[in-house]
Amino acid sequence: MAEPLAEVKGVTRRFGEVIAVREVSIALRPGEVLGLLGANGAGKTTLLRMLLGLLPPSDGEVRLFGASPSFAARRRLGYMPQGLGLYEDLTPAENLAFAQAVFGGARTSSPSEFPPLAVGRLPLGVQRRVAFRQVLQHHPQLLVLDEPTSGVDPLMRQRLWQEVRAAADEGAGVLVTTHHMEEAESCDRLVVMADGSVVAQGSLRDILADKETLVLETADWPRAMALLEAAGMAPALVGRSLRLPAEDEQKAREALSVMAFRLRRTPTSLEERFVEIASPGR
Amino acid sequence: MTWGVRGVSLRYGAVQALTGIHLELPPGEVRVVVGGDGAGKTTLLGIVAGALSPEAGEVSRPVAARIGYLPASSGIYPDLSVAENLAFAQAAYGVRGPAVAERSRLLLARAGLLGIEKRLGGELSGGMRQKLGVIRAMLHQPDLLILDEPTTGVDPLSRRDLWWLIAHAAAEGSAVLVATTYVDEAERATELLLLDRGHAAARGAPDAVIAAMPGTLMAGDDPPSASEAAFSWRRGRQWRLWAPEGAVEVANGWRAIPPDLQDAVTVALLRSEREAAQGGAA
Repeated sequence: MAEPLAEVKGVTRRFGEVIAVREVSIALRPGEVLGLLGANGAGKTTLLRMLLGLLPPSDGEVRLFGASPSFAARRRLGYMPQGLGLYEDLTPAENLAFAQAVFGGARTSSPSEFPPLAVGRLPLGVQRRVAFRQVLQHHPQLLVLDEPTSGVDPLMRQRLWQEVRAAADEGAGVLVTTHHMEEAESCDRLVVMADGSVVAQGSLRDILADKETLVLETADWPRAMALLEAAGMAPALVGRSLRLPAEDEQKAREALSVMAFRLRRTPTSLEERFVEIASPGR
Repeated sequence: MTWGVRGVSLRYGAVQALTGIHLELPPGEVRVVVGGDGAGKTTLLGIVAGALSPEAGEVSRPVAARIGYLPASSGIYPDLSVAENLAFAQAAYGVRGPAVAERSRLLLARAGLLGIEKRLGGELSGGMRQKLGVIRAMLHQPDLLILDEPTTGVDPLSRRDLWWLIAHAAAEGSAVLVATTYVDEAERATELLLLDRGHAAARGAPDAVIAAMPGTLMAGDDPPSASEAAFSWRRGRQWRLWAPEGAVEVANGWRAIPPDLQDAVTVALLRSEREAAQGGAA
């Protein structure tokens, strides 16, 4: 197996009394797209900052391209922050030229595919494409993308992911943080964080672990929802049916004994599974 | 009474923002409009809410006092506390008394916002602000609840709370209209409307949208050879290929698969894009 491009081993980070990241170990290998999932405050950003060498760990070891994170390592890295990291007063071409000057490499003089307007005046979808171009143009070996497709339409999301995939096919390692399961499902491997710790990691199948969800159909879903909630359950509405964890079946049958209903089982979605494993107090 | 729009169109200068849009909003149901930045979602929601007048078509809506509206900016006043934001909404809608106070407490508790009543709106996290915005919009039990991207940028745990609020409003009999850029959220609607450049690229119940997808969908592990009529894109490591006619010649390793909503939406958007390009060239 190829050496990891980036690796954290038993990393902990404290801020005063608060433990933001607790004994986390992950490795990212060439050609792999790794999705980092977690609610706000789960420790994702702190972990990313340690991985990029922007923040020293309180404990544990960080390796970037086989060494301690250094300034030189940043040239081999492409980082797209949530705010995209573009200069809003510059045009896309000026942004790209500036980034190229910073990262070095051959200057390309191909005509810009983007309009010659200040980035701040362009639609969000175009801004995202510019940010992708900027982060990919120096062919980084490690790509770090923070919420890369927030707010764009489903087709644009597919296209941006195609570029991520192409970079991975060429051997780059990609680390993506996301709140959206459509995006998470495009990753090869997932790491789920909660309260600073890794609570699950593996392929989508590993995370889903063959869990099942109950689908409840009735002629009167609002009544069914009220009955289930009164019995302490938390059904989710999808269309006109309700969804519940499979473990609730017995309790649900009892709560609904006063009305007609149909129950069937279906594979749990990643979103449902995520909420199950990442909820505080579990 | 079913609210909604019939054949509405609106132009901003040279831009045709909406063209001939139909949307029914029956009480007690969640309808979702899905599309990207610039697809026309906010314009459509503005027309439904009565903030914009269409050039053509009919709109049916309750009186303004019976509408709840969450703008894309959440509409929370940053200089007012959580309690003051809610009190302001109550005054604006002319609802008050112990029943409203109790309802407000229940919704805040379910959304995990109890105990932060004194915090300023500007100090809330994105997820908290969106939850508060939805609670504020539904506090007066509106007949029609309109939510513009309530979940954009929100983490999955807050998203679960937001969808509980949405389900609760529908259970109380509100007609609910939700805008989103995410297909998995459109899956939660009784009917969805997929907008692209102001046109309806697809509409109907999620199952019906999937069933109505024409042509053949295939999956494979390697890039498909280019074909003029076909579309291809990535889903994770895999490739998808869609061809308009039933029988398609495919290389070894490709297999026909049943589409899910993601696939059906991708195909609808690709076809819409091709039609727009052909229309523009003509």
